[in-house]
Amino acid sequence: MLEVTDLSVSYGAISALGGISFSIEAGSIVTLIGANGAGKTTTLRALSGLVRAKGGRVTFAGADITNLAPHRIVARGLCHVPEGRMIFSNLTVDENLAMGAYLQKDQARIATNRDYVFGIFPRLQERLLQPAGTLSGGEQQMLAIGRALMGNPKLLMLDEPSLGIAPKLIRTIFEKIVEINRRHGVTILLVEQNANLALEISHRAFVLETGRIVMAGESRTLRANPELKAAYLGG
Amino acid sequence: MTEFLQQLVNGVSLGAIFALIALGYTMVYGVLRFINFAHSEVFMVGAFTGYFIGQHVPAHSMSGGLLALAGAMAASAVLGIVIERLAYRPLRGAPTLNVLITAIGVSLLLQNLAQYFWGATPRPYPELFPAANYNLGGIVVSSNQVTVVVVTLALLLALRFIVLRTKIGTAMRALSLNPKAAALVGINIDVVISFTFGLGSALAAAGGVLYALNYPSIDPIMGTLPGLKAFVAAVLGGIGNIPGAALGGLLLGVIETFVNGSEWSTYKDAIAFAVLILILLFRPAGLLGRFTVEKV
Repeated sequence: MLEVTDLSVSYGAISALGGISFSIEAGSIVTLIGANGAGKTTTLRALSGLVRAKGGRVTFAGADITNLAPHRIVARGLCHVPEGRMIFSNLTVDENLAMGAYLQKDQARIATNRDYVFGIFPRLQERLLQPAGTLSGGEQQMLAIGRALMGNPKLLMLDEPSLGIAPKLIRTIFEKIVEINRRHGVTILLVEQNANLALEISHRAFVLETGRIVMAGESRTLRANPELKAAYLGG
Repeated sequence: MTEFLQQLVNGVSLGAIFALIALGYTMVYGVLRFINFAHSEVFMVGAFTGYFIGQHVPAHSMSGGLLALAGAMAASAVLGIVIERLAYRPLRGAPTLNVLITAIGVSLLLQNLAQYFWGATPRPYPELFPAANYNLGGIVVSSNQVTVVVVTLALLLALRFIVLRTKIGTAMRALSLNPKAAALVGINIDVVISFTFGLGSALAAAGGVLYALNYPSIDPIMGTLPGLKAFVAAVLGGIGNIPGAALGGLLLGVIETFVNGSEWSTYKDAIAFAVLILILLFRPAGLLGRFTVEKV
């Protein structure tokens, strides 16, 4: 579904990604793990068009999407829930969801999608007319994911969904991510600091270190890897 | 008391014009975070377009006046969109200072082009709308003042509807809150920015025609002072805040008119700006503005 070949990104003279290659199969959950500054967020930003790729190629659902404008990439069904959630804080929950469906023309489909989002996150329905900035961190994360789901994603990229969320809500969010994948068939690319949790729910994983992929494989196998355990899984 | 009310009427009608111009500054700031100093020339071109249309429609007629107004708004909307496309879009992502200097350059260019084509001599403005004076218990209200207030109110309501109730308006607000997130939900940033320039420029043109109706002499540098004052009004209300710009404009117009009617009338501009400095000392974000902590 997604095919990344030799993708590189630089911020000015500083190289952030030094040519990474990986692919994601339709229907799977893939996680990208790595320390701060390893290039995880940069990878997602390059895929969604927020930063320009210096080199390499990104193919999504059979088409070359390298360096397309973000709105064109979203239109193809590659949606990015950014780090820090980036909900529109002064807009209501309702308006945030409407913006998520910005490119959708079919009103009936939009209504179905709303019901689908409320089915996953009933909390959002209760807070529909509240400014999004007044939601709790966990609710804002739900809104950010819900907003992305309004755009009919084929592949959903989630950047640190556990960041700044009450520990007991983190479980819930991860369960929802699995639900979105299993029940609704959305492929997921997950970037996560909490490597334990990420490996638990994902099928495959890639480990990034200073802009390069240093390890790749099935999540189950990687969880048992002593090297990885020492570096990312707290012994 | 009559004196006071009379000044209030004059002030509100001047303030309404400042408000119309101020909205363009504040909306463009909202989506691009820079001050479009060429906005005062868009105002001027609006007034001139109204003038030229006024040559071809019957004077003192409601339909002729509205036609001139609509034509001026359409022409300035196009001008605003073209300015953004040619001068500012290539600088997207460049430091704000570069864009600001470009804006000043565009402003001077338009002034000089206007002088080249239309000459520097002031021209008397045609009486587009039916002219009459109404005497309400000692307060004299001209029909032009009524036109200013009614047109401004109608435009503000239309703007409010667009910004709060339409998809593109919501996209404008989304873009001003978080450009990255706006791009990630599929909003075509360029289209929304063009729309914002068009909308703000149309309002400035309406301001230009209404201003020229009340101060009936136009020339290529007529935009400078009203433009500067409207910018002050936008800052006063809280730059980036749409109701703030309307309030700031109204306030500035009223203050200026009252000072103008007092024995310090020579210093009306100085006093208007002094008020700005005072308000900003106590409310640095403007009257309705709020400093938001940017979350990283």
